Amino acid sequence: MHKTRTDQQVLGTQKIPTSSIQRYIRFTLPILIGITALSVPPLFLRGYLLDVVILIVFWSFLGSAWNLLSGLAGQFSFGHAAFFGIGAYTSTVLLVRYGINPWVGMLFGAGLAALAGSLLGFLCWRYGVRGPYFALTTFAFAEVLRLFTNNWTFTNRSLGLQVPLIGGNSLLAFQFELDKRPYYWIIVAFLLMALGTTIFIERSRTGYFLRAIRDDEDAAAALGIPIMRYKIVAMAVSAALTAMGGTFYAQYMFYIDPTIVFGAHVSVDILMRPLVGGVGTPLGPVIGGILLTPLGEVARALVRTPPEFLPFADFIRGRSGLDGLLLGIILIIVILKVPQGVIGWCEYRWRQR
Amino acid sequence: MKRLSFRTWRQWIAVGSALLSTVILVLWFSEELGTWWATQNLVLRQSIVTGLLMGGVYGLAALGLTLIFGVLGIINFAHGTIISMGMYLTFVLFSTYDIDPYLSLAIVAPTLFFVGILMYRLLLRQTMTGPAHNQLLVTLGLALIIENILLLVFRADPRTVRPSYSSSGFFLGDTYISLPRLLAFLFALLLGVMLYTFLRTTQTGRAIRAAAQDRIGAQLVGIPVSRIEALTLGIGTAAGGAAGTLIMPFFTVTPTTGATFNITAFVIVVLGGMGNVAGAVLGGLIVGLVEALGAVFLPGSTKQIGVFLLFILLLLFRPSGLFGRGHYA
Repeated sequence: MHKTRTDQQVLGTQKIPTSSIQRYIRFTLPILIGITALSVPPLFLRGYLLDVVILIVFWSFLGSAWNLLSGLAGQFSFGHAAFFGIGAYTSTVLLVRYGINPWVGMLFGAGLAALAGSLLGFLCWRYGVRGPYFALTTFAFAEVLRLFTNNWTFTNRSLGLQVPLIGGNSLLAFQFELDKRPYYWIIVAFLLMALGTTIFIERSRTGYFLRAIRDDEDAAAALGIPIMRYKIVAMAVSAALTAMGGTFYAQYMFYIDPTIVFGAHVSVDILMRPLVGGVGTPLGPVIGGILLTPLGEVARALVRTPPEFLPFADFIRGRSGLDGLLLGIILIIVILKVPQGVIGWCEYRWRQR
Repeated sequence: MKRLSFRTWRQWIAVGSALLSTVILVLWFSEELGTWWATQNLVLRQSIVTGLLMGGVYGLAALGLTLIFGVLGIINFAHGTIISMGMYLTFVLFSTYDIDPYLSLAIVAPTLFFVGILMYRLLLRQTMTGPAHNQLLVTLGLALIIENILLLVFRADPRTVRPSYSSSGFFLGDTYISLPRLLAFLFALLLGVMLYTFLRTTQTGRAIRAAAQDRIGAQLVGIPVSRIEALTLGIGTAAGGAAGTLIMPFFTVTPTTGATFNITAFVIVVLGGMGNVAGAVLGGLIVGLVEALGAVFLPGSTKQIGVFLLFILLLLFRPSGLFGRGHYA
């Protein structure tokens, strides 16, 4: 990973504010603003717009999970759909087949994903599969799981699984059919947890080790850092968080099938947010989520009912693909023009002042 | 890492076995072989034949990818969508202008050659000096763009090209050989051999191999490396597009077909050794075989799983390919 910032800047240790006003501006104020901003959407938004906000938080959360492995530890994953799908399928299969509570299923899913991730990571790193090859291996892993669930009767093959509706709202059943607001609070809690984990790991000894591994693996190993152990830790945490996102998705949409949860588009969607926002920064995935998710929704709405003033309105009506097209264009522009993401770019401009 | 060498005995074995499999296709009804063959399960035999025929085309597709990897060091994630671009182009030429798919090779290959050159000039040239995953991400973005443009223009409906001869074929013994599949195989091998000869004998081919071996060294002796890289990308995408055209008479294309080919082509490239041109052809035959056998032995639509597992196992245990020496990294 390119480094644009020194560790001092990442950790914010360059100046510990001493006076109470400084401390207020640096710590308390952002938290207050954050809490206010987070509580606004459920107060005023309903229906579709609330859905969009939930999706923004949801993708930011998944991006944060990806960021732990790929941003902090520098192990680029192209296959986070694997963990996402493991989470979605574990909880839903347990619920449908054995009637196990989705919250419990979520923990099982997270554990299973962490296990699968550790195993995959161990095998890859043990045999020196690195960089782009690691990315390809994770990609293939997700595809194997997709094909596997697609043909396994236990997971109901390509028909997918339907979460049995209880026809009401229940926190215990992780199901809110009538009023979507609880979903918002749950996913916000998830996101805060992911951000907390990221910041905690970043500031801990593990975080220093992971950054050392990201910047130069061989040098880190030469310094005596047990690189395998720390990479696996990053992988396991990232996979477990992603799997929780999978369970949330299943409980939110009430339906999953192999292509929806294991498809390559999920991996792309996950990695796009941190890439646009800024890889390796805690807030990058959130910024990316805020920018990209509404864009995708607008693109989808545009092809559903294109406004008449567009020159090719008749052509695109009822077609799909515009959102993916935009995603591809943004991806290329970001990589070529602002490889450090929005946050990196803003910081650059800030320093250029 | 970047090495396109053609002189080692392993590679002659690779070319040899590719030719051998062709010979087997023609000769198995000779008496001794015929008796052995007859004792095998008919379904198995049929799928082996189909697999080898398909494998030839896979080989051509992977040849493009491995060439790009060998010279530019880029894992081209857009290669699959380039193949489906070739397929859609063939479809348009056939359905609108009534051009025979084999004739349309003469249009598709040059078109995709220029697509490749544009791709290099507009996108990849800027990333050549950056970190490796940036190149991967740019090609991923390009794959998204192409796939979704195809989706916008052609929708998700499956498209086919069915010329009059598409369902004709003949029996060799009791094994059915579909004519378009055989033609695709032969054309793919022909194009592969042409490309191989081009790389081996011409001055430009030599320059390409030099750039693959040592980018800076090639620059020092006066090879315009940037142009060579553009040319290589052009040749690589043209080979992919040609493979797409060749399978069109017996294949169905949807905008997402490319993604499937992507992974197949990657497996082949890894199998044959990254950047190994002859290895790609042999790898293609092996993967075609694995896929066809997978269709027999694995239930449902799992035939792809065999290929994927092969891929993961290969990356883990034999990342430098079946004939590779040393480490790729």
